[in-house]
Amino acid sequence: MRYLPHSAHERAEMLGTIGASDIDALFSAVPKAALKNFSLDLPAHSPEFLVEAHMRSLAGRNHAAGDGPFFVGAGAYRHHIPATVDHLIQRSEWLTAYTPYQPEISQGTLQMLFEFQTQVAKITGMDVANASLYDGSTGTAEAVLMARRLTRKSKIVLSGGLHPHYRDVVKAYLKDDPDLVCLSPSPEGQGDILEQIDGDTAAIVIQTPDFYGHLRDLQGAADAAHAQGALLIVVVTEIVSLGLLEAPGALGADIVVAEGQSIGNALNFGGPYLGLMATRKQFIRQMPGRLCGETVDADGNRGFVLTLSTREQHIRREKATSNICTNSGLCALAFSIHMALLGEAGFIRLARLNHANAVRLADALAGVPGVEVLNKTFFNEMTIRVAQLAAALVERLARRGILAGVPASRLLPDDPEVENLIILAATELTSDSDIAALAAALTEELA
Amino acid sequence: MSMNNQGRPTGVGSIGTAASGSALLPDEPLLFEIGDNEHSGVDLPEVELAQDRLGGFARKSKLDLAGLTEPEAMRHYVRLSRLNHSIDSGMYPLGSCTMKHNPRLNEKMARLPGFADIHPLQPVSTVQGALELMNQLSHWLMTLTNTAAVALSPKAGAHGELLGMMAIKAAQAARGQAHRSVVLVPESAHGTNPATAAFLGYSVKPVPAKADGTVDVEAVKTALSPEVAAIMLTNPNTCGLFEPQVIEIAKAVHEAGAFFYCDGANFNAIMGIVRPGDLGIDAMHINLHKTFSTPHGGGGPGAGPVVLSEALAPFAPVPFVRRNGDALEMVEHAEGQALGRVTAFHGQMGMYVRALTYMLSHGADGLAQAAEDAVLNANYVKARLQHLFSVPFPEYPAMHEALFDDSFLKDSGVTTLDFAKALIDEGFHPMTMYFPLVVHGAMLIEPTESESKQTLDRFCEVMAELASDAKAGNRERFTAAPMKAPRRRLDETRAARQPILKWERPANLPQAAE
Repeated sequence: MRYLPHSAHERAEMLGTIGASDIDALFSAVPKAALKNFSLDLPAHSPEFLVEAHMRSLAGRNHAAGDGPFFVGAGAYRHHIPATVDHLIQRSEWLTAYTPYQPEISQGTLQMLFEFQTQVAKITGMDVANASLYDGSTGTAEAVLMARRLTRKSKIVLSGGLHPHYRDVVKAYLKDDPDLVCLSPSPEGQGDILEQIDGDTAAIVIQTPDFYGHLRDLQGAADAAHAQGALLIVVVTEIVSLGLLEAPGALGADIVVAEGQSIGNALNFGGPYLGLMATRKQFIRQMPGRLCGETVDADGNRGFVLTLSTREQHIRREKATSNICTNSGLCALAFSIHMALLGEAGFIRLARLNHANAVRLADALAGVPGVEVLNKTFFNEMTIRVAQLAAALVERLARRGILAGVPASRLLPDDPEVENLIILAATELTSDSDIAALAAALTEELA
Repeated sequence: MSMNNQGRPTGVGSIGTAASGSALLPDEPLLFEIGDNEHSGVDLPEVELAQDRLGGFARKSKLDLAGLTEPEAMRHYVRLSRLNHSIDSGMYPLGSCTMKHNPRLNEKMARLPGFADIHPLQPVSTVQGALELMNQLSHWLMTLTNTAAVALSPKAGAHGELLGMMAIKAAQAARGQAHRSVVLVPESAHGTNPATAAFLGYSVKPVPAKADGTVDVEAVKTALSPEVAAIMLTNPNTCGLFEPQVIEIAKAVHEAGAFFYCDGANFNAIMGIVRPGDLGIDAMHINLHKTFSTPHGGGGPGAGPVVLSEALAPFAPVPFVRRNGDALEMVEHAEGQALGRVTAFHGQMGMYVRALTYMLSHGADGLAQAAEDAVLNANYVKARLQHLFSVPFPEYPAMHEALFDDSFLKDSGVTTLDFAKALIDEGFHPMTMYFPLVVHGAMLIEPTESESKQTLDRFCEVMAELASDAKAGNRERFTAAPMKAPRRRLDETRAARQPILKWERPANLPQAAE
């Protein structure tokens, strides 16, 4: 077996050193009834070329995003990843390192995390960021819990424009909690979240661009929340938007949670993704997740360590701030490299390109008879209404090789008002010919 | 060159010069110190936004993001990478963390466009291969554990634990037993166990261990009451021992109307040898990154699928894959007693590909052999070192990790931490120290099945040599260590007392560089 180093002779020699008669003697604590009392109906080991053939056959049964026109978004976005990013993250010293518990020999990972935290803080306009969380959805649930700890109040209001999966994760984390208010989705634009804020409110949660692509007024929400002593949690599922949109921190956000997948990380059918969290300086001791901080070594040289870990489960156990036990280190690395390659100039260009393509897409769709574009504002994603069941239409377009977007009913199956809605995204990878192909196909299908 | 102007850039001309290490191991300035807001390593067209649709929300505040051209980025990240120890560069005997070989075939497969470049919300008819992969992975996990269901979606072990305990809570409620408010957690448990139970509103009741390091079935029986919802037990436990009375414990727990949650972090010791379902577990998370070799990547991402018994299967959360005639479908919305979701989308597909690739490469026979070799290696290290380092729990064989304590350092003036840092100077990543908490000055060594006999022999020789040097009173070698790492010992107290968590542009660059 190609990954196992011992020969039979070496195994025997080692058992001799241990003083064990055979390998089963080392499992003597296992009850006899349970030790090797089965035969597994699973295949035996396999050479590399056969494993590869099997996996390729499975992969071959999927329609990859690059195989044709592609407009699917709703919380995960297809962007180009520079070859340099994937090359660098596959270097052994990045890929096969563990959590930097021994900082003297983990300065690469630690300095990268310090740089990553700085990038995230700058993009969101906040004071501090952590070293990443699992993803945007679990990060949102953590932010809600953090707001409760900070305000010692319990009412949480989720905007109807929050991604339905994110809403469901918050509901699961706050199971059966009557103080969680989930507003109905509002495909037409701004909802009435501000009316829900009262003196018992710990936080309101607003996504922008929202689930339907509309841009939301954060400054007004922050002012209304702060007037009642509540916090504003801002959720961003498309981090590229912040190349063009005002930073939430500049508009009064208290906690910003984002999905960082768009920068450096592939679609991967939904994971692994990258949760970003940033907040105000005075809140850092209630922020969950790992933090990397700067310090000096015994020679006075600058160095980096994981810090403020007294909040974490391995020290505080049942009193821990959260039960998070890791971060998305490699995804954070990919994000940080891609962001460093973009730089300020590239990040802004990327965002402008996304918006310009989305404007072209919106205009093309508005010209298709039977299609209504609902958005007055958007970044790179929008919602259309068609006079048919959206899910069936998307399925028919998929058979024509066009992945046309997400039927809203896929995420909100119990809401009959959304069954004619499709959410579509354009990115820098969306070409004019992709848009023309979609418009032509839609015209035919809706005729 | 000195970099002790913390938070400030290095002097001009210092980039790439030698510092504490050798000329080939330079200090690397921060991205923000070498980058420039106008540099970019990505060529993108400038577009005119004659008519934007931003509704007045366009950015006015500064971004101030440093950029690097492609060659600058290559050097920055290659140089930084060289300041890391990794499993590919040397032994990493970190107990309870399981650092084993990460096959590159796994990486190659995870990057196939049919896996990496598919969207979680594209039509299910266009991702049948992905669903088939999830189905096959589920089949392997259920077969290896002899359980009835599996929830793939948790993002990490602790996340899986949370989900498993949510299933138990829901099952108790469905039985009309929602009042059960106590979870038993042995003292030797991972910190995530009590954190998870507390997170779900349970009060945590500790269960003491016996002198031999295993959980006492009598202590469990005493602790059980009509208030107990579950026990959370790690098996093999964090002392590196298999719980010999696990079947009796499961029986007692079930008779008391409680569920048995097993922390499966150490499943790599028994995969293909023991099926947890045969021991009576109701729920167990499996850390794919530990057991099935998905790389740690400097701390993550992980993946923590949870297997569930018949009793808990109806409470499996969404999403899951279900066969419907010839096709596979994705159940994305809770029906019946199913729980909701703990993450957006479908979980860690990239990790599923790597884990299944590893499973197919090993096969059932190879996984069992890997577990046996992991256990063999741990016991070999234990056998070679037990005359120098004391073994707190000698009664049972070690499983995949060998636990020692630091009593050999008594009166030497050398701490366990000093000893670990001295190991760095010998080219090894230190073992886990001060964990598990039940052992004073614990040293937990997990060689895994990847290490050859030659490497283990060299490691044991170094450990023995260090031990005799410590006993001989050569304190300096330990208290000054590490001497040969990219950094000497770092001031962690200062980092916590005066947190500097991001780079700030100095107000006056020329002065700061002085």
